[in-house]
Amino acid sequence: MTDTDAEAGWFAGRAAVAAARDRIANGEADQPRDWPALAVASGFADSTDDYYDRLHEETLGATRETVRERERADDQQLIHVVRAMDDCERTANELAERAAEWAGSLFDDPEPGIEGARAVADREPDGELERRAVSLAGRVTGLAAERDALAETIDRIAPAVAPNLAEMAGAELAARLIALAGGLESLAKKPSGTVQVLGAEDALFAHLSGRAPSPKHGIIYTHDYVRNTRPEDRGSAARALAGKLTLAARVDYYSGERRATLHEEIRERMATIRARAEAESDGGAEGGA
Amino acid sequence: MSDSDLPAGVERREIAGETRLATRGPPVYGEPTADGWRAWDPRRSKLGGMFELGFVTGLTGGETVLYLGAASGTTVSHVADFAGPTYAVEFAPRPARDLLDAARPRDRLFPLLKDARKPESYAHVVEVDVDAIVQDVATRGQATVAARNARFLADDGRLLLAVKARSEDATADPSDVFDAALDELRETYEILETRRLDRYHEDHLGVVATPQ
Repeated sequence: MTDTDAEAGWFAGRAAVAAARDRIANGEADQPRDWPALAVASGFADSTDDYYDRLHEETLGATRETVRERERADDQQLIHVVRAMDDCERTANELAERAAEWAGSLFDDPEPGIEGARAVADREPDGELERRAVSLAGRVTGLAAERDALAETIDRIAPAVAPNLAEMAGAELAARLIALAGGLESLAKKPSGTVQVLGAEDALFAHLSGRAPSPKHGIIYTHDYVRNTRPEDRGSAARALAGKLTLAARVDYYSGERRATLHEEIRERMATIRARAEAESDGGAEGGA
Repeated sequence: MSDSDLPAGVERREIAGETRLATRGPPVYGEPTADGWRAWDPRRSKLGGMFELGFVTGLTGGETVLYLGAASGTTVSHVADFAGPTYAVEFAPRPARDLLDAARPRDRLFPLLKDARKPESYAHVVEVDVDAIVQDVATRGQATVAARNARFLADDGRLLLAVKARSEDATADPSDVFDAALDELRETYEILETRRLDRYHEDHLGVVATPQ
């Protein structure tokens, strides 16, 4: 075993406590290795027992700090993250179009979109104009990477901010609902009929001024329970889901504990709604009941 | 089941007038105790349920274990009581706070706030060739999680897995969900034993497997 093997472990470089904890929390390796043996061989630990003692202390410390940090994240931070993510995505796509149009005048067959920008960014530019076009494509890929990093942050902090809502809706939809309502408190205080059409304000006002039928769903359309239910049952599915999401937001805001029964109930309700389609395709014996 | 199938450190003890599965260690979640032994409730623990149902887990005590989906530490605290070095991976911060309390007095239990779907985020901490992976994660793609984590397991190691049907598809028939999960598992593992855990956990399948 060589020193370079040990370099990949959390204990590399006999790091100071703060750095070791940071590596435990944020480090990566493709493959695990025999870390206890490598740590002893590299002189980080005197023995396997000594290594495990230090690992225990550092994993406790690192995990305690990360838990504290995640739990400190509040609904307002989550709103910033989800809005920043949307801005990055929109701007990246817009700039990608500009970059592709420009690259098309300089290079052969550039692909459109973010992928195209990535290919252009990898080019070796020749002359000032190419340098600028390639640099612009580089900014596009940077924005796209930032968008992905923000999405991962949402995955991590949404369950801390609203555990039940995030479990039921998924991290991204939970963040969007909180952002549309303006906070977890105001989401918790909304009637479920409002939660059902959050994000469909245009359609709702068109309906209220008599120009359109009432919208069946807003942003919750992105949830599998709504989108993958057949169109004639989607209204029922959206109403049921919005009802439980509202309860989830209230439990998260007023208690913060996970409530298993809530999740069981929505699963059973959805199974009932989806069973209608099966009952009808089996010969329609049960009609629309 | 014969007690010879239980690992050393897991025993049937008389606790509060009942014969209960138990391990020896500091109490964690208000479980009944007697003479330093803590009752292990098979209704609160998939692995406890697998022991009660007589699964041949291959565990003898003292193993190095990677536990995926440690939650508040209920089950992993019992595992750390009878096993050797035990790495506990949990994704959600709130239960991880309780996991820290379970880990503090157990000097060979290592808590990690990580996503079990991304093993590269803890491969720089968890050692290679662990003797057993215990998996109880309530996310979609449980077979994929098991496959991705196979890199940690020794060639003769054991995967002890509880598949939760409702995490994969709440509306499908559990048997279909289990068949699909087992098909995917067979690409990486040889399945040694499967049985429903319904007596203790509704719509769960217990699986014992070893790398191919």
